[in-house]
Order: sequence, then structure tokens, then C-alpha cells
Amino acid sequence: MTASTQAPKSRYRTRPIAATLILFGGVILLLFAIGLSISVGAANIKLGTVWNSLFHFNGNLTEHQIILDMRLPRALAAALIGAALAVAGAIMQGMTRNPMADSGLLGLNSGAGLALAVCFAFFPSTSFLMMMFYSFAGAAVGAGLVFGIGFMSKGGMTPVRLTLAGAAVSMLLVALSEGIAIYFKVGQDLAFWYAGAVTGTTWTQIEIVAPWVAVGLVGAFALSKSITLLSLGDEVATGLGQRTGLIKAVSMIFVLILAGSAVSLVGAIGFVGLMIPHIARFLVGVDYRWVIPSSAVLGSLLMVFADILARMVNPPHEVPIGALIAVIGVPFFLYLALKQKGGLE
Amino acid sequence: MSAPDYSAHLRKKAIRAYTVIALFAVLILVVFMISMNTGVIRLSPGDVFRTFFGMGTAKQELILYDFRLPRIVISVLIGMGMAVSGCIFQGISRNPLADPGILGINAGAGLAVTLFISFYPTAAAAPVFMMPFLALLGSTAAAALIYVLSYKKHYGLQPIRMVLVGIALAAGINAAMIILQLRLRPEDYQMLQVWLVGSIWGTSWKYVLALLPWIVILMPYVFIRARALNVLSLGDQTATGLGTSIERSRLGLLAAAVGLTGASVAVGGGIAFVGLIAPHLARRLVGPKHEHLLPASALAGGLLVIVGDTLGRWILQPEEIPTGIVVAIIGAPYFLYLLTKSKI
Repeated sequence: MTASTQAPKSRYRTRPIAATLILFGGVILLLFAIGLSISVGAANIKLGTVWNSLFHFNGNLTEHQIILDMRLPRALAAALIGAALAVAGAIMQGMTRNPMADSGLLGLNSGAGLALAVCFAFFPSTSFLMMMFYSFAGAAVGAGLVFGIGFMSKGGMTPVRLTLAGAAVSMLLVALSEGIAIYFKVGQDLAFWYAGAVTGTTWTQIEIVAPWVAVGLVGAFALSKSITLLSLGDEVATGLGQRTGLIKAVSMIFVLILAGSAVSLVGAIGFVGLMIPHIARFLVGVDYRWVIPSSAVLGSLLMVFADILARMVNPPHEVPIGALIAVIGVPFFLYLALKQKGGLE
Repeated sequence: MSAPDYSAHLRKKAIRAYTVIALFAVLILVVFMISMNTGVIRLSPGDVFRTFFGMGTAKQELILYDFRLPRIVISVLIGMGMAVSGCIFQGISRNPLADPGILGINAGAGLAVTLFISFYPTAAAAPVFMMPFLALLGSTAAAALIYVLSYKKHYGLQPIRMVLVGIALAAGINAAMIILQLRLRPEDYQMLQVWLVGSIWGTSWKYVLALLPWIVILMPYVFIRARALNVLSLGDQTATGLGTSIERSRLGLLAAAVGLTGASVAVGGGIAFVGLIAPHLARRLVGPKHEHLLPASALAGGLLVIVGDTLGRWILQPEEIPTGIVVAIIGAPYFLYLLTKSKI
């Protein structure tokens, strides 16, 4: 098995050394970024104080309490969500061989949005845990619609068709949620959610979401070898003894766990899952055993820094982090779209 | 096949096309009557007739002439404008999935209006006639960007590129708009929000007057250029071979399409999918010749929006659902159906 995977892979480049560097350097940088994220804000706190509050916590100091109750959960949420979205994007891109796959573009965000609209409208007193399950279910429905249309099409799931189906399904689901929002007057709650923000994250939310993200990440690492094979094409993967249908189904479940928990915690954030895996592949090569961990680290970095930037652009107001990332993400998407050779002529 | 056979075939097609067009016109009239009766205050068809002939009460006249009639007229005009514009986009790009909403041209118009409101918040109420120009500015910029990015020398407009560039543009503009909207005062935000989801919010005659000139001037121009559009839809190389000066005809038609979209969006907000569905429906019924296709699309579009508007007022009475939402709920499944059939 190991021997047989070597042959096709040797045609592609892999850079384990670069990957190791990224993983170690990235984690160190990430720790620094989280520290910075904790210190920046309405009340600036020195990095030294951050250090002290984490390791010599003193409940009598206001600064320490701000850090523990507000800043730290927020920074951790950004890091968790960045990793989850980036890894979900990497799995989707590898599995479907679609360079434009992203949880935001393929209907997951709008599906979760619709589920939350229903939830706000009909069960306003739902606990956070239940809301998370609703948004999971909604994300699954959105993704199911988009991929279902891909399966039903005569020409198969081409990147362009999936992107278009994603755009149309999103428009439909957003229209439905807006209808519900207007009728039940929950528009404001929903708009806040759609903007995507890590502002109000509490420890309870992190305690609920973190295990799911952890399960998703571990699952993704476990699947990474199979995803490398799938990314060579279904025929090659089958020829190498992969049960492609099973692997795809399991991968899709992990994508839903990762993207679903991200969406339920911070709202609709797109483009992280689109950009990061491309950057990771550019840096470490095509082996998903390296691509997936690097994506996790790079995704966390992007989100933590974007969250810092979101607070610094227009103080004391915060720019929604989803909008901020879209500003970087759109040119990236355009670049990928213009590179698409398939079906141009 | 001999020559007379062919001309008989053509005549049969033309008769079919005129029948379809007449049918659409009749349907619009029927929905028009239903729409006149739909609303919080009920008026029977008899009341409507009496009011039209000057025998209604003052209250009935107020409801019909000042509230319902302008709104209905506007929805028909918007539908026509968007459908014809979608028809032109589909013809020029040879792309059955082109639609001003999906291509981000509506979003461009929306951004221009948002920018204006956020920098001149106090002036927002006054310039009704400014809105079409602003929206036009935004939609022209968006269209120009899409054109530049999806044009390739010797191949012409790249249909698939055009759609992808459009989706990216719409996503980018929406993000920019979220950032801008945060700086708005709550009351301006409210107005913008309703406008963006596509509600026929300008329900007075002022808005009809702001929209009408664009339709009256651009629509006949497009109908006259129908033959040029026929040639363009064959592709750049064939069109050059047939002796058309491609760039001139294409730019003229594109400008007209952008103008129609801009004016419609300015008054009706972001109603998507009309420009996509109406031409498809029309093409199924009257065939691909633009002499027939353009008027049939225009009427189909008018019908679609007036039905959407009427349903939006009727389903959840006394609440109103914005027309754009109703049209999207009808339109998106149809788009997805087309997507499974298309060869992209």
C-alpha cells in the first residue's frame, strides 16, 4: 500500500521541510498573535500584563478580568474558527478536485443562516447548544442542495457548475431567511449573525464548540492520506484500493462538523476556506498530510490577525470580520476564476 | 426542403410569436385587475371598475390612483426593463445563465446608491430623479469591469468567465456595502435595507416618471437593434463574417442593457432572476429570433414582477413580503433546473 502510493505522488512536489517550518513557526507566531489580540482593544493592555494574567491570575485586577472574560475567549474563538474553516476548505478542494470550493460559496453558510432564522422566529428561547445543532442541520441542507444539483447534472460536478449552484442556492436560502426575518421581525438578530463576528464569544460557547472542532481536525488529519489520493482523481484513487464513495461520505461529514461549528459560533464567514488551502498547497506541495495541518495553522493566523485589524480600522467601532476577509478574498477568487481553463473556449 | 415551405414555416413561427405576445399582454391585464383588488383594504372588481370610470368614493380613488396603480405600473416597467436587459446579456455573451443580478450589475447599482446615501444622508429623500443616474453609474462601472475582465482578444466575451467574474464582483460589492452600512444612521439604514431586498418601495407617481423615460427611449432602440443581436448571438467570428461591425453593435446594446438595469434597480431595488427567467420562458415559447424574443421577454418579465408583487402583498397579509424575495423563491429553483440541463 505504502509502496503503491509512492509512484503517482513522485510526479508531484512535496516540501516536508517547508511544511515543518510553517507548522513550528506558525504555531509560535500564532501564540504571539493571540497575545497581541488580547492586548489590543478599547483598553490597551501591555503584553506583560497578558502574560501575568494567564500564568499568575489575580481576580482582584480589572485588567486580568477583562482578559479572562472578554479578550481571551474572543482570540481563542478566532483561532479555532480559522483552523476549522481552512481545513474544511482544504478537504472540500481535495475531495472534489474543485479549486473554488469553500464553505461560504457552496451554500453551507446560507443554509445555517436559514436554520437560525427559523430558530429565532419559532423557538426564540433555544439554548446555544440546540442552536448549534440547528445550524449544523441547515449547513447540511445547503451543502446537500448544492451537491445534489451537481450530482443530478448531466455533465457532472464541474467547478463552475458547483459555484453557480452555490450562488443560486445561497440566493434562494437568503431570500427565504429574509422573508422569515421580515415577517417575524428578527432581522436585526440575523443581520448581526450574517456580518460574522467573534465579538461576544463566551467561555460556554467555546466549551461547546471546541470539542467539535477538535474532533473535526483530528478526523481531517486521519483522512489526509486518503484525500491526497482522491485529489489525484477518482479513477487513480480506486485503482490504488481506495473506497472512494465511503471516503467521500466520511470527509463530507467532517467538513460539516468543521464548517458547521465555525458558522454556529461566529456567523457567515466566507473565503477563509477558499484562500488558505491554496496558499498552503503553494507553500508545502500537494500532499494533504502536510496541506491539512498547515491550512489549520495558517487559517488560525489569518482569522486572529483579521480580528485584530477589524478592531483597528475604525475605532471604537468594529468592522465585521466576515466583510473584512471578503475584501481580501474577492480578488483571490477572481484570480482563481480567471485562471480556470476548463470550458473557456 | 423548397423555398416556399420555408417561408410558410417562418410565417407560422411569427404567428405563434404574436399569439404568445398577445397572451402575455392579456395575462398582465388579468393580474393587473387581481392586483388592484389585493391589499389590506378590499375593493371588489366592481368597485375598481366604478372608480376607473370616475364613480368611486374619494377613499377608493385615493387607494387606487395614489397607492396601488403607481406601484403596479412600476412593477410592470421594472420587469420589462430587467427582462430585456437580461435578454441582451444572454444574447451578447451567448450564455444562457447571464442575468444582471447574478452578474453583480444590480450590486454595482446598489453600491452607488449606498455610497450616495452614506455621504449625503440628509439629501436622501430629495433626489428621486437622481437615483436612476446614480444606479446607472454604479451598474455601468460594474458592467465595464466585468467586460474588461472577461473579454479576450480573438475569442470575444468568455461566457463562463463572465459569470465567475460577476459572482466574485457581487461578493466583493456586498462586503463593501456591509462596511458602508455600519456608518449609516438607523433610519437611512432601514430605507436602504428595504430597497436592497427589492421591494417596490417607490409607490408614488414620481418614481413612475423617473423610470418611464428610460424605458420609453431604450426599449424601442433595443427592438430596432434586434437583428444585430441575432447576429451577435452567433459568436464573434460568425458575426464578423456576416459583415457586422461587432464592437459598435455590442457596445450600443450593452449600454442599453446597462441603462435598463440601472433604471430598474434604482426604483425596484435588487430584484434578481427576472432577467434570467423571463428570456428563457420567452425563448421556449417563441424561439431564438430576437425580433420576437425581445418583446415576449419584456412582457414575460412584466408579468413575473407583477405576479411577485401581488403574491408578496397577498400571502402574509397584512404583512408584505418584498417582491425581490418572492421572485427569488420562484426564480432560483428554475435557475438550478437550467443549471442541471446546461452544458457548462
